[in-house]
Amino acid sequence: MVDPVVVVGASLGGLSAVDALRAGGHDGDVVVLEAADELPSDRPPLSKQVLAGTMEPAAARQPLAARLEELRADVRLGFRVESFDVATRRIRGADGTELQASGVVVATGAAPRRLPGPELAGVHVVRTMDDCLALKADLDRGPDRVVVVGAGFIGAEVAATCRELGLEVTLLEGAPAPMVRVLPVEVGSFVADLHRSHGVDVRLGVGVDGLEADGDRVSGVRLADGTLVPAQVVVVGIGVVPSTDWLTDSGVPLGNGVTCDETCLAAPGVVAAGDVAEWLNPHFGERMRVEQWEHAIEQGAAAGRRLLAGDGPGEPFASVPWFWSDQYDRKLQMAGRPSATDEVHVLEGSFAEQRFAVAFRRGDRCTGVLGVNRPRHVVQARMRLVESLDWAPIEELFS
Amino acid sequence: MQPPSPTGEPRGAEMKVVVNFDLCESNAVCMGIAPEVFEVRDDDFLYVLQEEPPEELREQVTEAARRCPKQAITVED
Repeated sequence: MVDPVVVVGASLGGLSAVDALRAGGHDGDVVVLEAADELPSDRPPLSKQVLAGTMEPAAARQPLAARLEELRADVRLGFRVESFDVATRRIRGADGTELQASGVVVATGAAPRRLPGPELAGVHVVRTMDDCLALKADLDRGPDRVVVVGAGFIGAEVAATCRELGLEVTLLEGAPAPMVRVLPVEVGSFVADLHRSHGVDVRLGVGVDGLEADGDRVSGVRLADGTLVPAQVVVVGIGVVPSTDWLTDSGVPLGNGVTCDETCLAAPGVVAAGDVAEWLNPHFGERMRVEQWEHAIEQGAAAGRRLLAGDGPGEPFASVPWFWSDQYDRKLQMAGRPSATDEVHVLEGSFAEQRFAVAFRRGDRCTGVLGVNRPRHVVQARMRLVESLDWAPIEELFS
Repeated sequence: MQPPSPTGEPRGAEMKVVVNFDLCESNAVCMGIAPEVFEVRDDDFLYVLQEEPPEELREQVTEAARRCPKQAITVED
């Protein structure tokens, strides 16, 4: 009997790999191991609609959740993988169960970073449905103020949702503007202004010293400059760490997550996809790890196809990543992979009207296009960027 | 895939594209995959250009349905 393909992680990337394996004709067993006791929900609504109470938790389902039977995936929930050995492809569960795999898809995602110090009631991260519902329960108690630590996309979306619920919000960011590690400062400044225009107390360039507690419950956030911001609820959005603990002694190459080649292959018979995977994106000629919804689906599919290619060279996974973020009535979308030092060119509209499309330029290259309530511009630019990253066609498209 | 009939009408099973506009958020992913069928215009709304697209677009339309962040597109046979 042929050993099963084992997919570790039942979120977007893992299930998409299963879909690709079946679509590619793989008829053998596929086992999906998921550490959580429930199938992970679709995540984008967790910082928005489910948190706002406009979507029932049960409606936040992953696209492939309804097709698990059709995909003949043997999904084992509550299965924590303890260790893996790349040479033998043996997987050992925390409960002692051992599995022999013919191929492995690493799709364990990432876990949110937390603030140091003891656990306190009222302090939240937003990664899983349980996280979301715990935060929602605290918001339903009507806190005087919510402090969001970190103005990345999750933090910004949570801040927006809290404001729309009528709550007072302070948004703290250690950098001089939101998202400046990954985007030019103009974009971050726009996001800060957007939140200020909706009544958020945005504070930039301030470090967090620690949390104040009243008993076992948070009562405020102490800033590095000594200021205390009282808060009954604190949401921490300071990034994620790839979930690779179980791979420490596996022989799978690790760096910024699982280190893959341009075909998503990490070791013979071992592929990775989604938040946990860093691969060489041949379209950009750069190594990247992308924490985005659509990317997890696309890379999961590529990883599944790579396993099917077996000992052959496999297809490189060339990608122009794309994501969206809804904040208030604004829809931010970005295609590409800019860096903080790229030039910003306004293609359409203006920051002042909160409706625009900008392109990022590095030399003769367009590294990405970002739109605010400009979905058509972003998708058209993305179609060009998929063809080539040359600057001229992008400029021409909007001239 | 079958060739069109002499009258230009597609033969056999036709697909029908249905968008749940209560779910649609105009992310425009569908437009990137199947621009002959889906168009998000400057008013930010999605327009379905062909509700019964020809069979040769099936793969793209199915892919667009699969990639829709809101799962707002269904392809009915």
